[in-house]
Amino acid sequence: MPDMRLLIIEDDRDAANYLVKAFRESGHSADHAADGLAGYERACEGDYDVLIVDRMLPRMDGLTVIGGLRQQKIDTPVLILSALGQVDDRVKGLRAGGDDYLAKPYAFSELLARVEVLARRRGSSSGETTHYRVGDLELDRLAHKLTRAGKEIVLQPREFRLLEYLMKHAGQVVTRTMLLENVWDYHFDPQTNVIDVHISRLRSKIDKGFDVPLLHTIRGAGYMVRDGSR
Amino acid sequence: MTALGKLIRTTAFKLSLAYLLISALGAGAVMGWVAWNVKKLVDEQIASTVEAEIAGLSEQYARGGIRALVDVVERRARQPGASLYLVTTFAGETIAGNVADLPAGVLQRPGVVETSYQRQGDTEARRRALARIFVLPGRFRLLVGRDLEDRETLNGVMLRALTTSLLWLTIIGTAGGIFVASRVLRRVDAMNASAQKIMAGDLAGRLPVTGSNDELDRLAQNLNSMLERISELMNGLREVSDNIAHDLKTPLTRLRNRAEEALRSASSQDDYRATLERMIDESDNLIRIFNALLMIARAEAGTDRQAMRAFDVSTVVTDLAELYEPAAEDAGAQLSVSAGRDLIIMGNRELVGQALANLIDNALKYGAQSDLPLLPQGANVLPKRMDVQVSARQVGNAVEISVADRGPGIAVADRERVIGRFVRLEGSRSRPGSGLGLSLASAVAQLHHGELRLEDNAPGLRVVIALPAMINATYVPAASPVEATRRLPHDDATPRNAS
Repeated sequence: MPDMRLLIIEDDRDAANYLVKAFRESGHSADHAADGLAGYERACEGDYDVLIVDRMLPRMDGLTVIGGLRQQKIDTPVLILSALGQVDDRVKGLRAGGDDYLAKPYAFSELLARVEVLARRRGSSSGETTHYRVGDLELDRLAHKLTRAGKEIVLQPREFRLLEYLMKHAGQVVTRTMLLENVWDYHFDPQTNVIDVHISRLRSKIDKGFDVPLLHTIRGAGYMVRDGSR
Repeated sequence: MTALGKLIRTTAFKLSLAYLLISALGAGAVMGWVAWNVKKLVDEQIASTVEAEIAGLSEQYARGGIRALVDVVERRARQPGASLYLVTTFAGETIAGNVADLPAGVLQRPGVVETSYQRQGDTEARRRALARIFVLPGRFRLLVGRDLEDRETLNGVMLRALTTSLLWLTIIGTAGGIFVASRVLRRVDAMNASAQKIMAGDLAGRLPVTGSNDELDRLAQNLNSMLERISELMNGLREVSDNIAHDLKTPLTRLRNRAEEALRSASSQDDYRATLERMIDESDNLIRIFNALLMIARAEAGTDRQAMRAFDVSTVVTDLAELYEPAAEDAGAQLSVSAGRDLIIMGNRELVGQALANLIDNALKYGAQSDLPLLPQGANVLPKRMDVQVSARQVGNAVEISVADRGPGIAVADRERVIGRFVRLEGSRSRPGSGLGLSLASAVAQLHHGELRLEDNAPGLRVVIALPAMINATYVPAASPVEATRRLPHDDATPRNAS
């Protein structure tokens, strides 16, 4: 992922400093605005890849900031950070124009993975991809067909969707919760390793018997499909 | 406020006053009606007496003319207690009779008249009379009347009776009001005193009940049972928060010990890293517990009801079964699903999904067959496969989601207790878990006006979440966000219409 320009609108100075530092260490640049109004102004002026917006902010609350930006036709992807993690809060946040929602407290790896997906989406929003290719693994969405090194691999429908999501974000870390949200459409915490087992089944189907593994486990973060030979 | 002021302000006293006023009006009306009727009766009697006199006199007049009339009048006027008579000429000179003076002009108008008069030889004040006046041939005038003294006397008696009775009514009524009010007031004061004592902190205090079983007693009894219920709830709450504090202390202590241990004995960067990673895992676990607690609290408070939508439970059941199937297989379990179709309920799909996930999770964790010893981790020999059955069906007006295993089950005595927060039965403590799974499932069932039941699967445990089915469901399945993602490939990540 090439470095991103981020704006963090967050009134908790410690949390904001931590985020700015962590994003810089991951090779991105991050600005910080300490209240809603300042954040709104900076978001209007600057060219950011992703905005990270806290919900409860002084001077202008997070959802108002997002609503205002959307009205100004500024469609920079927004990730909402909030201490309110319940389902309807998430729905409210997304309705207000947010693109993703993460409840506090969160793991930085989760935030980073989501922000990277949002930034990438912005870069490649033109053209419909029906064909994904990672190394010698090829997935055809329309024909619902998967081949590796020319050999067809048969997947269950859900496994196909899982792989499709991973390949769409090839080269990016995809977390377990992102998979649960986007492949299964549930937003809760499954508590056990249910996703891991699905991944290991998928892995045994696409990587078994090949020298170069394509589906990687990123420790402490999630999974990534990547052509390891490059 | 003085004692009297307080008394006057009481409802009982005000009510007594109101009753008093109404009784007084009633009594007045009755007396007035009687008086009016008596007057009418007396008037009629007088009138008929006068009529009788006139009948006699006109007979005399018909027989002997004016002379005979004058004779009779002279004779009758002299009798004691006589009626009033007067015969005059056309010029108004008195020919015969016992009336000395009349107001001017009375004789000019024939007919019945009520007038004042003075009797002959009477120097007292004028009196009132009811009289009838005739004009005879030759323009003689005849007046026949009766004194109204009797009627006036009667009226006086009536009036006195009325005032006296009203006076007594007022005195007795006021006294009664004060008596009743002070009696009621004494009891209300006692209740107030008890309430103040309870407010001041004597939470075991109760309102006095006299045993008369009147409305004040019943009020006190109801308030007492309310207090009882509140104190039960408060005890429950205290127990819950005690438990929460205790159960969160354990992982926090572990976290702290880890850090301390690393500071004391870690010798390399790798050691520190390993410890830190384990500490992050521990904190994630804590966060998970907090999230579950918050979710339970919100579900119990029922604040999420406005976010409810119609959805098909069978989809949730098949989704979740499919999600857990590989994990179940890994755990050596056979997960089978049977879901009816079109099981529409009004609810929160995420929460129902979470509740079901908890139940499946429990079944996989604790549903191993009881006669088989727990295998050491990593053992290659799988025990006889354990069965977990997930099903959804319509039973009457309810949609029942059930998860059944063939494990040791839960004793009847423990079934209610195990739903409580952080309750973990003996034998399960050695395995990971927070003891919140069933609490959340139960809270979710309650949020949907349903219930969570623990049943005997003979052998094993069957947990049933029964939720009210949506009646007359006109349910159009909305395109699920995942489907939408598939159709619109560049609108990936989290869909905006995730409701």
